[in-house]
Amino acid sequence: MPIKHPNLKLTRLTDAVPAWTGDITPEYLFEICQQVRDGGGRLVALWGSDVRQQGGGFLLHITLMNESGLVCLNVPLPAEHPNYPDISRIFPAANRMQRAAYDLLGLYAHEGHDHRKWLRHGAWHGGSFPLRKDFDAAASLTHEPEDYPFVQVEGQGVHEIPVGPVHAGIIEPGHFRFSIIGERVLRLEQHLGYVHKGIEKRFESMSVQQGAKLAARVSGDSTVAYAWAYAMAAECIAKVTPSSRALWMRALLLERERVANHLGDLGYLGNDVALSFGFAQFWILKEQVLRNNAALFGHRYLMDKIVPGGVTTSLDVEGKHIIEQECDMLDEQVRILRNIYDEHAGVQDRFIGTGRVEPKLAAQLGLCGMAGRASAQAWDARVQFACAPYDKLDVKMATYRNGDVAARVIVRFDELFESLRLQREIMVNLVHDNEAPALLEKLPANGFGIGLVEGWRGEVMVAIHTGAQGNLTRVHPHDPSWQNWPLLEHAVIDNIVPDFPLINKSFNLSYSGQDL
Amino acid sequence: MYQILKQIIKTGIKSETPPQADDGMRLIEQRLQQEILDVFGGALAIRQVDAGSCNGCELEIHAVNNAYYNIEGLGIKFVAGPRHADLLLVTGPVSRHMEVALKRTYDATPEPKLVVAIGDCACDGGIFCSDGAIGAGENYATCGKVSNVIPVDVAVSGCPPTPVAILQGILTAISAGRHGAQK
Repeated sequence: MPIKHPNLKLTRLTDAVPAWTGDITPEYLFEICQQVRDGGGRLVALWGSDVRQQGGGFLLHITLMNESGLVCLNVPLPAEHPNYPDISRIFPAANRMQRAAYDLLGLYAHEGHDHRKWLRHGAWHGGSFPLRKDFDAAASLTHEPEDYPFVQVEGQGVHEIPVGPVHAGIIEPGHFRFSIIGERVLRLEQHLGYVHKGIEKRFESMSVQQGAKLAARVSGDSTVAYAWAYAMAAECIAKVTPSSRALWMRALLLERERVANHLGDLGYLGNDVALSFGFAQFWILKEQVLRNNAALFGHRYLMDKIVPGGVTTSLDVEGKHIIEQECDMLDEQVRILRNIYDEHAGVQDRFIGTGRVEPKLAAQLGLCGMAGRASAQAWDARVQFACAPYDKLDVKMATYRNGDVAARVIVRFDELFESLRLQREIMVNLVHDNEAPALLEKLPANGFGIGLVEGWRGEVMVAIHTGAQGNLTRVHPHDPSWQNWPLLEHAVIDNIVPDFPLINKSFNLSYSGQDL
Repeated sequence: MYQILKQIIKTGIKSETPPQADDGMRLIEQRLQQEILDVFGGALAIRQVDAGSCNGCELEIHAVNNAYYNIEGLGIKFVAGPRHADLLLVTGPVSRHMEVALKRTYDATPEPKLVVAIGDCACDGGIFCSDGAIGAGENYATCGKVSNVIPVDVAVSGCPPTPVAILQGILTAISAGRHGAQK
């Protein structure tokens, strides 16, 4: 049992990862969060749901994590004034999540001091809330973009550089407001939400299998992680376990996604320090992985291969052989390239000490995932909460203390090699057969399930709530970028403006995944 | 330096033959004269705008720059701003929060200009839209396909479209096209 509190009764969720759920009234919320925080735990996600049609008010959902597992707290809030105590004083990462919960559902964190809108830019009226069941889309639309009150930095010689939402490269949109003096960055403030597409609302009109397709497109670069987390949540509600072959396949696909993304990032990180050789080389390797994905699994990014109930793809002996050869080739080539990066004075000069996040700050603000591990935050869902088949794989976690661009590069290299090792291990265990997947077409009524998967960027969580007909009444996908974006604001302080693209790339956070 | 040169020589040339233009991708007939297309064909500057995509299409647009597809070898390059661009490559269902930015980017691009919409969502709103609450292919947060917001010359479907299809879409936009070939 991960949390003990006299007013909290936890029930174990049947799940691939250790997870519990329980109801708690708002007055004890702060106390419980503090207790988890004091024990070294973290905030994973915060979202809300509208249960007025079931005779309730609203529910605030908070997922916390400590070394024993995940706890999903449900906090009932009255329909009239759905207020709850601000928990960003305990978990600073809650700030933007709380503001999003207000924009989308009208849940209000009282006693908080930052109530600026986050996901609503003025496309719909303030005071109308898209995720409420009685939301009238047609009546709520406006075309009046609202100003965003950035924090002004004052003083002699300080000026601002506004960047975005359309960026200078092939990147997702968002706005960055730099306050600088000379070339030195005094402050960066982000304003995200530009690619808010109404994903969470869209889920509510979908069947469980359609929802899997949407989940796979929350953040296209992490399609496998999202599809697996979604499937895990659905299977948690239906209390089914996919076949062992399906689980081995899922792990194979997840590791291939990690390899492809790390290869791409390592190439761009070289490019950003003027070593275009690095881009050319790493992207040749990435392309070979993508082509093998297309040939073996029918999709370059492995979209829609993981569905609730199982997987829609298989791998024969010939395919295994291709993957083994690919692993050998990558092992050899990446070693050569790593050596070149390590020995290149210009590259190391730009990497080392740039965009540093000290371990203490990382812990305080809740930095997670790959970037977290580069700042000594030793969390990896494949290690701490190893769901099948990771419980048989003994994943070696890559951690580093320096917290700079160089550390995030090293962690990527280490994880890439580990993923190659894991793929080889998976090849040994994966048996080929052409069994049709036992697809989940219907979920039980009034259920709740949660899935947690360590994607290449960090832990991806998906929570599903079903209604009286087993329909999707609320689906919340949570990207690790929610936690990590605020740390990027800290990482650039005292760096020079031209290093921002490099620092940003070293985190490579998702816009779509947090804008929803 | 020796290691880098050795690796470059060992890697060799990976570039593949580019695809042919495909008039089936056109939404409207070619508006530009041959003289202009000849100039574009020699050195085309593209501004990419993500107007709400999931980042999947961006992965493939990055891939178009890799050694296999080698788009720069064709005289086509991605530029940092719309003011020196000839063509806008737009992804996403257009989120309402990006509507103004997309229009302004289009207005800032000098004439003559072309627009290529990339991916299923840019073509028809894709999986994110069409819940029917407002209009077909729209919802409270998105305006749906790109041509709902700015004029589109060529549309490339796929989720995401392959690098070959993206390249084909770009080459179609700067080719003369058969008369009456639009859908």
